[in-house]
Amino acid sequence: MAEVVAKEVLYCKVCSFPPEYCEFGVSLKKCQEWLEDANKELYDQLYSEEALSHKFSNTLSLEKQEKIHAELAKKQLKEEAKQERELQRKLQSKITIKRIERNRRKHVITITGLELLDVDLKKLAKQFASKFATGATVSKNAEKKEEILIQGDVSDEAKKEIEKILTDKGLEGIEIEQIDDKKNKKTPAPTTPGAPATKD
Amino acid sequence: MFKRFTKEEIHSRSNIKSSAQRGLKSRFIDQFPDVEEVVELIIPKKSQIILIKCEEKIQLYSMNEEVVFFQSFDDLIPHLKVVHKFPQSFPRVQVDRGAIKFVLSGANIMCPGLTSAGAKLPEENIPVDSIVTIYAEGKEHALAIGKLTMSTDDIKSINKGIGIELLHYLGDGLWNLTE
Repeated sequence: MAEVVAKEVLYCKVCSFPPEYCEFGVSLKKCQEWLEDANKELYDQLYSEEALSHKFSNTLSLEKQEKIHAELAKKQLKEEAKQERELQRKLQSKITIKRIERNRRKHVITITGLELLDVDLKKLAKQFASKFATGATVSKNAEKKEEILIQGDVSDEAKKEIEKILTDKGLEGIEIEQIDDKKNKKTPAPTTPGAPATKD
Repeated sequence: MFKRFTKEEIHSRSNIKSSAQRGLKSRFIDQFPDVEEVVELIIPKKSQIILIKCEEKIQLYSMNEEVVFFQSFDDLIPHLKVVHKFPQSFPRVQVDRGAIKFVLSGANIMCPGLTSAGAKLPEENIPVDSIVTIYAEGKEHALAIGKLTMSTDDIKSINKGIGIELLHYLGDGLWNLTE
């Protein structure tokens, strides 16, 4: 019996299909760009003039063919618009790094708004934990949104790290905000002189 | 089946025993006799398979973080990535170009899509309820996996209605599932 070897299949990085099915996906343009970059040979094979003209000479009638293409194009346009909107929305939101004082010298920081990165928060927390050599967890905050809680004052380092991830994802536009949240337990707030008086 | 399928539908994950793994392997071979020569490549002897139980009695078997095959009721169905790697091991049918679009949005395959000029059915009869891999006119790789709802002879003679019930296709929830 002949030895059988696993066949290597290239998958499109954009839509995850084998490249020949990109034309039925929702992001044909991006797929084309990617393929041209990644595998010129296959790109020529799939999208060259010759290949395109060959497509029209197969069994389907020309009308049907055109109809299908029109519909696909419509779908792709829709998807593009959707992605554009999504990107806009993402760019408008921001990531907040909050530094909370636990006692005089110790702090924890919480990072909120990370869900727009599209990454697994648990894994990210783990990454932070090993990077900064502290504890990091994922917890839900008051607004029922997931946040990462890191022990220790590492807000500057965390900011840098997040910036790095953002550039990796091509989302440099997202703003990162750093907030200092001091506990004002011992220093009495200046606005309260009236309040205790009414209590008596 | 996997049209909507997300991580939320996973209930539990557990390693399976090596004896169960052997049983699984032989069951897989029973179902697809041609797989025998490549089964060692799909599931090496020393590997650990993880059983992932999901909603609606779907069970996924994954190895090295990748789903290898899944089970619904009694059928073992290979993941499309496995089919892409070992295309010769599974029974195949081909649909015409007009059908691709619908298959990729999860539609069941109608008989005319399997009997027209661009489509291909094997010469010999494939009995009803078999699992077949679905290819497309002018394409090299499989795009879906389904279960015959009538034998291929019936498809040829009746040529009406649903011929293949679609189970798994490119771009469905299982395809997009990453762990």
